[in-house]
Amino acid sequence: MKNGIVYTETVVHSAPEAYVKEAPYQIAIVTLEEGGRVTGRIRGERVKIDDPVEWVESVNGIHVFRKKA
Amino acid sequence: MRPVAIGGIGKTVFGALYDRDLRSLAVEASRKAMEDAGVSTAQIEAFYLGNFAGPSFIGQNHLAPYIAADAGLAGVPATRFEAACASSGSAFFHAWTAVAAGVYETVLVCGVEKMTSQPTPKVTEILAAAGDTGGEVRAGATFPALFAMIAQRHMHEYGTTREHFASVAVKNHDHGFLNPYAHLRKRITLEQALAGKPVADPLTVFDCSLVSDGAAAVVLTTAERARDLAKPPVLVTGIAQTSDHVALDQKETITSFPAVCSAGAKAYRMAGLTPGDIEFAELHDCFTIAEIIAIEDLGFVNKGEGGPYSSSGATRIGGERPVNASGGLKSKGHPVGATGVAQLCDVAQQIRGEAGERQVARNHVGLAQNLGGSGATCVVAILNAA
Repeated sequence: MKNGIVYTETVVHSAPEAYVKEAPYQIAIVTLEEGGRVTGRIRGERVKIDDPVEWVESVNGIHVFRKKA
Repeated sequence: MRPVAIGGIGKTVFGALYDRDLRSLAVEASRKAMEDAGVSTAQIEAFYLGNFAGPSFIGQNHLAPYIAADAGLAGVPATRFEAACASSGSAFFHAWTAVAAGVYETVLVCGVEKMTSQPTPKVTEILAAAGDTGGEVRAGATFPALFAMIAQRHMHEYGTTREHFASVAVKNHDHGFLNPYAHLRKRITLEQALAGKPVADPLTVFDCSLVSDGAAAVVLTTAERARDLAKPPVLVTGIAQTSDHVALDQKETITSFPAVCSAGAKAYRMAGLTPGDIEFAELHDCFTIAEIIAIEDLGFVNKGEGGPYSSSGATRIGGERPVNASGGLKSKGHPVGATGVAQLCDVAQQIRGEAGERQVARNHVGLAQNLGGSGATCVVAILNAA
């Protein structure tokens, strides 16, 4: 997994049972530099459409991205 | 293929019906539809059930015979169809294929969901399982979140605004206020809609459809036999079911649903009609943005014009093309598995001129659009007065 650009995003306030304690959290669909798109979590600063992001890690199969400095 | 018609319709009230169970709702709607058509249980040759998540919501499986037998239909083939929010649209489509092909003369199609037996976070989780549980759902997407991401992109590409979304909610609440079978008969203002509690940005609670219990049913038969039934027949002149990727991140674009575009195109072709011929419609407003996109994908307006068109009042009862005169999923309610057939009941009721205060003036050609998930299934049906 590499870097990419935010295709779209949202901040989830009303979470499913498993993630209630983590809400509000941001998720985004990221268009990857290597091609294709993936849905992941955003860590740290909130992002908006067209922001560049970098892949941080994968936690329990969830791709985590953060805003690229 | 031979011409097919809706010969009878039946619905329960939609709402948080705490003292009702799933089966009693489905049986009530089924009996009402048979009564409306003036057919006996002995004349029903097959039972088609649309239900999304009975096993998750109430822990009951094998739902089709479970309901059919109680409705007096033991013996006939009874099968459940699951296609997320398009479950009963799909059941209707498959019932139509069998009657059109000559397999059966008369069948019953029922849709039902019992959702209020679970707390909201659990409901959210059950609904999210209609998405890609290995990808987007694992990352934390809910259904409101998926449509919120669609909304963000639509705003980005076309300049659609939160006021446009809110105008859909206000309109559908105004319509639902007139519907005695609606879940939430309450008018709201644009300001209220905009100031709603956030669910997934930019969507607030007023952009989201309701968690409801309810059932709806139709008797489907040949156009020829429908002429002899108790009520005027409503012809199914165009119908299509289509599919697409389940995961939002697998779609090339998310501001338009290819499954809706192609279902619409196929249904128009079968009916020999164009979008301009559609006088009124029941569209799948699971979220306000979904109604705006449906208006565009079905060709009522050009791409990107759905927001301004909604704000203009054109889609109100009395406007040039009323959309969701029933109140839509937003106000009428959205018992997921019941929605597709409920939309068809609402369109048929308009064509029969029985919609009371919500009656639209031009009522000869109506369209129903039922969407499953974030566009992975779509059923479009065009109904005409005989």
